[in-house]
Amino acid sequence: MTNSIEDILDTDAMFIIGSNTTENHPVIASHMKQAIEKGAKLVVADPRRIEMADYADVYLQIRPGTNLALINSMIHIIIEEGLEDKEYIEKRTADYEDLVELVKPYTAEYAAEICGVDAEDIIKAARIYAKAGKAGIFYAMGITQHTLGTYNVMALSNLSLLCGNIGKASAGINPLRGQNNVQGSCDMGCLPADLPGYQKVMKPEVIDRFEEAWGAKLSSKIGLTLSEIMDGAADGDLKMLYVFGENPMVSDPDLNHVKHALENLDFLVVQDIFMNETSEYADVVLPAASFAEKEGTFTNTERRVQRVRKAIDPVGDAKPDWMIFMELMNRFGYEKQYNNPSEIMEEIASLTPSYTGISYERIEETGIQWPCPSKDHPGTDYLHKDAMARGKGLFFPADHRDSAEMADTEYPYILTTGRVLYHYHTRTMTGRVDGLNEKVSESFIEISENIAKELNISDGEVVRVKSRRGDTETKAKITPIVNKNVVFMPFHFADGAANMLTNTERDSICKIPELKVAAVRIEKIV
Amino acid sequence: MIKIIINGTECMVEEGITVLQACRNMGIEIPTLCYDERLRAHAACRLCIVEVEGKSNLMTSCSLEVYEGLNVQTHSEKVMRARKDLLDLLFSNHPNDCLTCDKSGDCKLQDYCYEYGVARGTYEGEKRSLKIDMTNPFYYYDPSKCILCGKCVRACQELQGTSAIELNGRGFETHVGTPFELGINKSTCVSCGNCVSVCPVGALMPKRSKYIPKTRIWDQREVRTTCSYCGVGCQINLVVKDNNIIGVKPLNVTPNNGLLCVKGKFGYKFINSPDRLKTPLIRKNGKLEEASWEQAYAYIVERTNEIKEKYGSDAIGGFASARCTNEDNYLFQKLFRAVIGTNNIDHCARL
Repeated sequence: MTNSIEDILDTDAMFIIGSNTTENHPVIASHMKQAIEKGAKLVVADPRRIEMADYADVYLQIRPGTNLALINSMIHIIIEEGLEDKEYIEKRTADYEDLVELVKPYTAEYAAEICGVDAEDIIKAARIYAKAGKAGIFYAMGITQHTLGTYNVMALSNLSLLCGNIGKASAGINPLRGQNNVQGSCDMGCLPADLPGYQKVMKPEVIDRFEEAWGAKLSSKIGLTLSEIMDGAADGDLKMLYVFGENPMVSDPDLNHVKHALENLDFLVVQDIFMNETSEYADVVLPAASFAEKEGTFTNTERRVQRVRKAIDPVGDAKPDWMIFMELMNRFGYEKQYNNPSEIMEEIASLTPSYTGISYERIEETGIQWPCPSKDHPGTDYLHKDAMARGKGLFFPADHRDSAEMADTEYPYILTTGRVLYHYHTRTMTGRVDGLNEKVSESFIEISENIAKELNISDGEVVRVKSRRGDTETKAKITPIVNKNVVFMPFHFADGAANMLTNTERDSICKIPELKVAAVRIEKIV
Repeated sequence: MIKIIINGTECMVEEGITVLQACRNMGIEIPTLCYDERLRAHAACRLCIVEVEGKSNLMTSCSLEVYEGLNVQTHSEKVMRARKDLLDLLFSNHPNDCLTCDKSGDCKLQDYCYEYGVARGTYEGEKRSLKIDMTNPFYYYDPSKCILCGKCVRACQELQGTSAIELNGRGFETHVGTPFELGINKSTCVSCGNCVSVCPVGALMPKRSKYIPKTRIWDQREVRTTCSYCGVGCQINLVVKDNNIIGVKPLNVTPNNGLLCVKGKFGYKFINSPDRLKTPLIRKNGKLEEASWEQAYAYIVERTNEIKEKYGSDAIGGFASARCTNEDNYLFQKLFRAVIGTNNIDHCARL
């Protein structure tokens, strides 16, 4: 997030797009509802009529995969009505003309046709966003998990810059991150082109610095992304995989492909707190300590580095993950020892510019939001305050394109996926809590009354869902929250797995798979 | 700033604050059952009453704004007697079962009765006896223990924004309930447990399960940490008994300000689940068999070196974990880059 969670309480308007906030970030949703109570306006765009839609001044039930057309159209309307922040654009941005030119065709009527919503509502949404003094954008995987994912995010950035909402309290662009430390694992360089602090592996000066600090020769060749690693394994180019705290046999797209990839490996190591669908294929399984059994830090969605503390001893012979990695390094002949995670944080701070000022001592009571460039820096509640990190905010417009797969006569419905309130990712944790299983016990597919009638399916009936990649059986749930030809499945469940159906087609820039749009057909089981 | 007099001492306080806040800022403890700094003043429990010069009635300090020249007594004889009477009234309509109540030791009614010397309810007569709502899988509501402070209802409405519960009934029959009395599980309740977290007595309580032994608060310890579910990073206390996590309490600090969701509040039971992995396993003849750490490490090193030699470092890949700590992830990528020699590291950020 460019901004902070508590910031939300003082916002004038919120635009939620591709985030089912009440189910995936419930405490943030509560902050949003408190802001609404104080008078903030709300625009929601989502293919499903999610709970936040009930609180919205405008709700746009867009077709999956049409975010970009909607955002471009909002920009078009704002420019046409002269609602843009001219002074901000002049002072703090670059390439504005490119944006003006590109959004020209995106009239409300044109976008309404693509998105499947009323033109009038797009105009209302644009006005609410543009006329608010402080307007925040909140998005999640509904924006990113598309072949246009990067462009979608850029479009939100364009919209935000257009109205001067970057570098302002209670505004900004705010990706709500779905896992406790997804921000931190990116910050720590668990990405194929990035060393800690997003320092690029292809830059010689970066490699030099880390080689000196670590006393080891490093590769400057960009590594493979997660989906590319799976492809490599399936093709036989990648021979060994080490997976820790992750369960690709449920969470990754096209599970038939993942299964083939895992089976094709020469050597698979899985390190986790439980046996899971992935460790079934492992050659070695290592027992890890849970978050309650170790010291460390998580970095939350607002960039706040917060302490994790050991409450109990690791169960059985389980060990904290950092200790396992250190002991393995030592056995490979790399001698570095750490007595505790605090010493690791010292090394992180010494090599990661945005973490320079962070130490356990300083975050004992309250976490610090990076960038924190020195030991006396208070941290940063919102980014780009006086200037953008890169100098001027660049407009980066792009045209809408269809998703990789569209509905056709063979696969007439569009499947979109997500989570439910009561479960987390692949259920390795929540699946072991009785009450949560009582609330939602099994996989389901949300279908509209129309589809139910068309296929003569009744509520609760087990149906077969097929895509070009695979098929699965799940229970039909007839609901008014989806409409037309859109269906929804949570991806949590290994039985009735949504990811048997999802598409591995990726965004060309950041390589995110298009998990939010797959063409499927539904068959009655007779 | 304006001048007021508290217990005979003149002090300068900010305009717009309440007498209760002014007293607390000065370190004067005033008992409250229905007060929560995050909620609008409710003045229901009346325990925060103070004596104000020039007013014939005792005033509730939680709802009384300070004004120039205000002169209050917070612990005068009149105030103390009235507070004791209020507690007596509450306790007279409360089951006298502290010996077996799970909340004992953590109950504000018990604490205040102790402080004000209320040994038993002296108002004899009928006690409220309504059915316990056990429908929610995570917590229950026992109306006979409820003191009707309304904190749960207001937290659900003003903080959580769900408005699942309300005060139903009138007079003696007043209780916390749901529309049409269908039970909590059939309401819009999302089981966040924020009502449970604010309940000052034993009316809204987490359910015990087979994994959660009966314990007293003085046998428990609490450890502050960060929730391990979504990216909000809620600050929590894990409640620990021996080597078991038996509960979670939200902390009233940024970013969650005392709130949690159902997973954060009640989804901790996986930690002590009996099927946790407890020892390394190595596949032998197609089956995963128990092994020692030394055997597992030696095997991983041997196989990694073999593959590296035969196919090069880039034939090896690693998936890091968005659920583990910064320190874990930092060392993982260091292991891959500095020791194994590849940048093939990614994690589920895209999933």
